[in-house]
Amino acid sequence: MTAELGHLALALALALAALQAVLGLGGGARGDAAWIAGALGAARGQALLTVIAFAALTWAAVRSDFTLLYLAQNSNSQLPLLYKITGVWGAHEGSLLLWGMVLALWGAAVAIQGRRALPAAFLARLVGVLGLVGTGFLAFLLLTSNPFERLWPPPPEGRDLNPLLQDPGLAAHPPLLYMGYVGLAVPFAFAVAALLEGRMEAAWLRWARPWAAVAWVFLTLGIAIGSWWAYYELGWGGWWFWDPVENASLMPWLVATALIHSLAVSEKRGAFKGWTVLLAVLAFALSLLGTFLVRSGVLTSVHAFASDPTRGVFILVLLLAVVGGSLLLYALRGERLGVSDVRFAPVSREGALLANNALLLAAAGAVLIGTLYPLVLEALGGAKISVGPPYFNAVFLPLVAPLVALTAVAGVLRWKRDAVGRLARLLWPAGLAALGAGAAAVPAARAHLAAAAGVALAAWLAGGIAVALWQRARHQGLRGLARMGRAEAGMHLAHLGLAVTVVGVSLAGPLELARDVRMGAGDAVRLGGYLFRLEGFTRVQGPNYEGVRARFRVLDGDGRMVARLFPEKRRYGSRTDMPMTEAGIEAGAFRDLYVSLGEPIGKTGDWAVRVHVKPFVRWVWGGALLMALGGLWAASDRRYRMGVRLRRAAVAVEEPA
Amino acid sequence: MSVALPHMPRGARRRAMGVLALLVGVGVAVALALLALRENINLFYSPSEVAAGEAPTGRVVRVGGLVQAGSVRRAEEGLDVEFVLTDGAATVTVRYRGILPDLFREGQGIVAQGRLGPEGVLVADQVLAKHDENYMPPEVADALREAHERSVRGAAPGGAP
Repeated sequence: MTAELGHLALALALALAALQAVLGLGGGARGDAAWIAGALGAARGQALLTVIAFAALTWAAVRSDFTLLYLAQNSNSQLPLLYKITGVWGAHEGSLLLWGMVLALWGAAVAIQGRRALPAAFLARLVGVLGLVGTGFLAFLLLTSNPFERLWPPPPEGRDLNPLLQDPGLAAHPPLLYMGYVGLAVPFAFAVAALLEGRMEAAWLRWARPWAAVAWVFLTLGIAIGSWWAYYELGWGGWWFWDPVENASLMPWLVATALIHSLAVSEKRGAFKGWTVLLAVLAFALSLLGTFLVRSGVLTSVHAFASDPTRGVFILVLLLAVVGGSLLLYALRGERLGVSDVRFAPVSREGALLANNALLLAAAGAVLIGTLYPLVLEALGGAKISVGPPYFNAVFLPLVAPLVALTAVAGVLRWKRDAVGRLARLLWPAGLAALGAGAAAVPAARAHLAAAAGVALAAWLAGGIAVALWQRARHQGLRGLARMGRAEAGMHLAHLGLAVTVVGVSLAGPLELARDVRMGAGDAVRLGGYLFRLEGFTRVQGPNYEGVRARFRVLDGDGRMVARLFPEKRRYGSRTDMPMTEAGIEAGAFRDLYVSLGEPIGKTGDWAVRVHVKPFVRWVWGGALLMALGGLWAASDRRYRMGVRLRRAAVAVEEPA
Repeated sequence: MSVALPHMPRGARRRAMGVLALLVGVGVAVALALLALRENINLFYSPSEVAAGEAPTGRVVRVGGLVQAGSVRRAEEGLDVEFVLTDGAATVTVRYRGILPDLFREGQGIVAQGRLGPEGVLVADQVLAKHDENYMPPEVADALREAHERSVRGAAPGGAP
């Protein structure tokens, strides 16, 4: 019964989404208050119905209702409750239902919050576009990937959730990533609505900035948690593989980063408006492309899960409609946004942000080429190829390095026009810091000069932030620092996060030590000044798995114990042919000690064991966390809500008593 | 265009310069990307193609197929391992040193990446299996299908198999 309720709710949500699209777009065009009110109501109703559908599937999962095909394939009565719930989004249908629900929730949030900030007709169009996207997506869900499909007779037991996904990291990773992906639908709808309206006002742009920033924050967190999860769960100790599925989330992130910077210029200076529209379209298109790549199975990926190509075609059509439709609209109406006559010199904050956008887009383009090249080549009847990390490192890093260097300068640059001489006078301490840090890193980084250069770059950026703060303190005193707006403080925090991540990326890879060894109880292996001693094995019995746990003792050069590690190899009840590696990790601010079990080999009870010492790997994710915090802090700036009050005041004046 | 520039109004000229700079930038980026691509792509071959001598020796290639049952041999000492990949029509022996992925086992579709030695043995530095036991790398699925079709076509002229 629950399932039928969920199915019905989903079908009604589709109907409401279509209604929302028609009433919103029509109401916006006609300026009809009743239609507009209807569209806003439909947005709330759609959100409520998708929540009901999602709750119905969750309830069925908790009760282990295996008459549902989806649950019979992806759940099990022996699963711990947490994984029964997170398993709801563990596979295709459920994760798309989550996508649809998140989209509807963003839509409802816009409908509620936008009423206080945006003109009714513009908001109606915005909500209408979101309804259009929702219609496409819910139709896709119902027609090709219905999570409520029945299975009769039901199997006595479900096939279980993929053991890799039975992990707290997975509980958080897809929802965060989807919040980001789908959150980019809001700037997209904003851009399309502005094109329909034929203008884009500073107050609207001010409204759009925190929405874009929050979507970006979710995307940042989703990617970081995904990377962290791959690090500890896949057992290889890697945190980024340049894998198509990872690239699929990185591309929208890069474009969304460009978007939040371009939005800032559009709002503050009235420039780059057409460009902002294109970025908003591109960011959402890449989100859809990401969903397509992950869900269609067209690419060989280490993270690929069983998937269905016919569904991919549907997403591809949706993608083409979104991109084609909005680009066509841009071609027809783009001019009306007004060719800006805003002047700025090449050396100015606008100029720096333009370069930032160019570099970010070039980086996204390089990733896109490497990700899609195998697909295109094969479609053209060419050879079957794969593109490896050397390509991405060779193309991506040279584009990102100047971007990081530029970030430090942009923090102190003035709008409109600035002088190179002034910048040099301001930034020399940062240059000194960069030289110092780089030189200090050379002995530690040994042969890896690129790693030392990375550290120097990070120090340059951190120094640039310090200079920017010092400038403020010098002109306005410490109180000026304390009074700094959240948007600005958040920006500096996010840039500091970038510096931290750059340190992590520069050092974690090149300075990593790793060895694959064959070990029996009592054996020891020396790596990077540490002695890893394997003391023995014990059997472990989990709620729905059994396994082997190795006991490691790690000693430093003086023979003191620094850590005890317990890597495991597990076999989950229903999928005994799919062993799982649980790495034993001692996390530290400056290095991780990491041991994972391979497989038992030989007859003597030996195991293949991988031992790692990973310097600074935590900095990769720590920096991402700082970026996300900075983004959130910036989005909470009062300035973004001030326009609301001003407008209200203006309306109050205009309206006759 | 350089002729037209002096006569254009200031704004249009600036825009034209901007567009030109953008085009040059994009062009350079694409050229760099394609250059890097040429040097860093790994071609995929099926065991049949390797057996037919179509795969180059001495450069990194990928070979995919099913791990033949009973073919996995671990060395007595160390982490050396040898196994045979098959697409049903031909086989390739793969040598690897290190830890095999969790989902590596006999009968499973996997992709091995490495260099082909002179005797047609693939010395792999990477062995890829997937997260999901039902998942078959698309290349491997294609290789199996092609090998199957070839064997069907080959059998057809000779009458019933």
